[in-house]
Amino acid sequence: MSALNLIVLLPILNAIVVMLGVPARKSALLSSWAQLALSILALLNYDRTLGGYQFKTTLHVAPEWHLNLFMGADGLSLVMLFLTALVTLAAVWVTPKIEKRENLFYACVLLISAGAAGAFASLDLFFFYAFHELALVPTFLLIGIWGSGERQLAAWKITIYLAIGSIILLVGLTKLYLAQNVALLPGHARTFDMIVMAKTPGLIPTAEQGGIYIWLLVGFGVLISLFPFHSWAAPAYASAPTPAAMLHAGVLKKFGLYGLIRIAVPMLPEGAKVWMNLLLVLLVCNILYIGLVTIAQKRLDTMLGYSSVMHMGYIFLGIAAGNVIGVSGAAMLMLAHGLSIAALFAMCGTLRQSSPSLAFSSMGGVAKHAPFLGYAFGMAAFASIGLPGFANFASEMMVFFGSFKTGATPGALTFSGLQIATICGLWGVVISAVYMLRAYRKIFQGEPLAGSEPVKDPSCCVRWPVILLLAALMLGGLWPKSFLNFIQPSVEALIAK
Amino acid sequence: MQQILPAISLEVIVLILGVLMLFAEAFAKSADRSHMARYAIAVLAAVIGFSFFTQSAPAELTGYWRFYSVDATALFFKRIALGTTIVVLVMALEYRHVLQKFIPGVEAGQGTGEFYSLPVFICAGLMFMASAVDFILIFVALELVTIGFYVLVAYMRRNMQSLEAGVKYLILGALSTGFLVYGITWIFGLTGETHLDAIKHALTTGFTAPSAIAEKGLGGLQGNEAALLFGIVLILIALGFKIAAAPFQLWVPDVYQGAPTPVTAFLSVGSKAAGFIVLVRVLDVFLAVPAVAGKVTALLAIMAAATLLYGNLTALAQDNLKRLFAYSSIAHAGYLLLAIVAMSVQPALAKEAVSFYLAGYLLMTLLSFLILIIVARHSRGDELHHFNGLAKRSPFLAFAMTVAIASLAGVPLTVGFIGKFLVFKAAIASGHWTLIGIAIIAVAAGFYYYIRIIAAMYWQEPNESTPITFSPLSRFAIILLGTAIIFLGVYPNTILAQLK
Repeated sequence: MSALNLIVLLPILNAIVVMLGVPARKSALLSSWAQLALSILALLNYDRTLGGYQFKTTLHVAPEWHLNLFMGADGLSLVMLFLTALVTLAAVWVTPKIEKRENLFYACVLLISAGAAGAFASLDLFFFYAFHELALVPTFLLIGIWGSGERQLAAWKITIYLAIGSIILLVGLTKLYLAQNVALLPGHARTFDMIVMAKTPGLIPTAEQGGIYIWLLVGFGVLISLFPFHSWAAPAYASAPTPAAMLHAGVLKKFGLYGLIRIAVPMLPEGAKVWMNLLLVLLVCNILYIGLVTIAQKRLDTMLGYSSVMHMGYIFLGIAAGNVIGVSGAAMLMLAHGLSIAALFAMCGTLRQSSPSLAFSSMGGVAKHAPFLGYAFGMAAFASIGLPGFANFASEMMVFFGSFKTGATPGALTFSGLQIATICGLWGVVISAVYMLRAYRKIFQGEPLAGSEPVKDPSCCVRWPVILLLAALMLGGLWPKSFLNFIQPSVEALIAK
Repeated sequence: MQQILPAISLEVIVLILGVLMLFAEAFAKSADRSHMARYAIAVLAAVIGFSFFTQSAPAELTGYWRFYSVDATALFFKRIALGTTIVVLVMALEYRHVLQKFIPGVEAGQGTGEFYSLPVFICAGLMFMASAVDFILIFVALELVTIGFYVLVAYMRRNMQSLEAGVKYLILGALSTGFLVYGITWIFGLTGETHLDAIKHALTTGFTAPSAIAEKGLGGLQGNEAALLFGIVLILIALGFKIAAAPFQLWVPDVYQGAPTPVTAFLSVGSKAAGFIVLVRVLDVFLAVPAVAGKVTALLAIMAAATLLYGNLTALAQDNLKRLFAYSSIAHAGYLLLAIVAMSVQPALAKEAVSFYLAGYLLMTLLSFLILIIVARHSRGDELHHFNGLAKRSPFLAFAMTVAIASLAGVPLTVGFIGKFLVFKAAIASGHWTLIGIAIIAVAAGFYYYIRIIAAMYWQEPNESTPITFSPLSRFAIILLGTAIIFLGVYPNTILAQLK
């Protein structure tokens, strides 16, 4: 039993006791604090000079298949676990009073957190996949019972989409498992061990890589809302109760990206080349087309939903770059995006309480009576655009440098596909600025609308989590090494083989 | 472990139990027969215990060993049969008040005795089937099961639906029996054997060395592939009926809906398990014959595709839960067939997948039917809307049902997922990509119709607020089944170790 097991086990146990009737909010807060403390403790105790995977624990589940509940973490997983714990704490903290079935609500939130943490802490292909699905039914319940607007439609849409994505992913992962060249493995038996799989060169025959990569790309792509599989995301986030939107957009969606970095980048480099151009077209669509869709939104919640879809394009760009700086930037951006979108959704939840429709036309001058909200939302919006001082800036820089550098052919005057995609992607920053600043101006600036109740600043139950999230964002922006020191060596190890 | 019991004693004990129960039904003084079921549960549980102390087959196969075999897989399926019967008896106890309304009888409990004893005979049939290696024993065991079901399906004599279901099942069941016997006859005519190993030997050597067959005065197999294929197809049709595979599935929805619910549960688990055990045994023989293996696999692939699509897509529109489970049972037959199709290329993977899937399917189906019986009794109906707001009326039942549903849909960390994973693994390893594509559509459709039940339980407000009560025995069974579903989903080795 290591700190890592506890980070996964705590929310599960907590969900069980909450279902049995223990006071929900108090115990959920307590376990989330403990989870955060444990994840920071793990970061501090991680021996960077040693590197590699630490805190390893193994439970033999099916010896004949070499299937183990194998947990462990390198710098990358620890940063993702930190993100999970911080957003979970924020999500539990900002939860307003739940009128009906409070215990079920908190149990669902905790199970989503447990699913994400379990996936990030698993080094076994099977459980990596299985843990993620733990969030499926709780998400369905959270959106369907406590959501707003067209909640049932949104709940069905996200569930069916994610179920299809998962089953496609399962086929891809099974193909990957079966394609292993067993002659290269110790014991000459197929393994689910992701460390061994990543570290054995030539494990997956070059000819089969392309066929596996496309299954993984589509499977993970649905979960990440890669264009054209994105249409579930915005309505679901718009309808979901605040904590569910924070956890799903902030943490759970990173599962797919994490999977691509952990599996596709080290194990299928040749496969990535086969499908590179397709991926580039799709990710540019994510950035530019979804960017334009985001500008067209007339409500804050759907705008935030689409903006989160759009930003996935940058992360894909970093992963497509395939070099250390690009992939590290992508991993850093996963953290930065998770924190900023969680902060934005948290404040969106506060605004929803006073103006339920969240239409831009029905709000205005909020900053006048709610200065905290004005400051904090502004900072989160700036972070989301990618302005300097926030982690998003540092990571987007790395992504763009990485992708431009990989695509470069020395001495030639033509641009490669990756470079063209980078140039297109850069315009995304402008698009983000347009919709974010426009939304900020409409909601927070100017005079309050006549006849409407002025929005008050939220209680400290919303302030403190938002401050925590913003502080982490600024830490990553002003001192990127704080996180990169963990991420970069892990990425180097994954790429270098 | 000490091996003190002859393997066949397990079946003998179960048969004696059944006969004693019939005597008790005829001569017992009190009208209430529910204690019979409780004794039967205790005895069957003891037999599960005995099954760990059985002797293995002798070196020289004489006497009954010539058509009866015992190995780890057979014992595993015997335990499955016993466990299923126990849960069905628990359901029958929970269902006896409903049953009472539809059978003649003056006093409470009168006339329900056979309802408890027939499942025990069916159990014996299933156990024989697990060990049968000769077409004669396979046929007799299958009929013991089927005839028991004829009576049970039509047990509610004053309910038109039950009678209709009984007649449908009887006619189609008799027809499929006819196909089976006719198929066996053709195989016997070609090979002169009824024992599966002997048939396999004759078929594999017969095509290369006709003289071995010719000695018996039979024509030899060269040039007789069509006759062999005809026999195989007849047997496949008969088994297709038992496992509810398309296009032999038409009886399923009406019979499932009309039969008393415990019988429906037993049908969907017992009848299917029996069919698949025989199918695996028989295909082991036929797939060893290169001349027909490709054609048989193609036939199975068509059946699998049709079953997957028909079961899953028609289930989308169902509002009656018994009917929904009927279609879902067809759908699961489709997944199992997907594994069976892989048998010609990956026999080991496919057999492991079928056995594991059946074990998991049993747990989740029995759990959902047990909860359905309890809820239907209190809501007086088994439509989907009778489950509305169950999470408020009984959070325990709603949660247990969610576990069963998640497992049926194949959500990870449940036993249903491991089953699906194994099936997909076998299919991917054998490269049946069209079928995998169809199976992906099937799984997606499955998510919709299963999760509709969760939506009804958690999203909707209850139609009535009467509290739901059930016996401690049922509560114990629910906890046991639910825990097993999650435990085996995380730690499948418990089953895998038994299969070796």
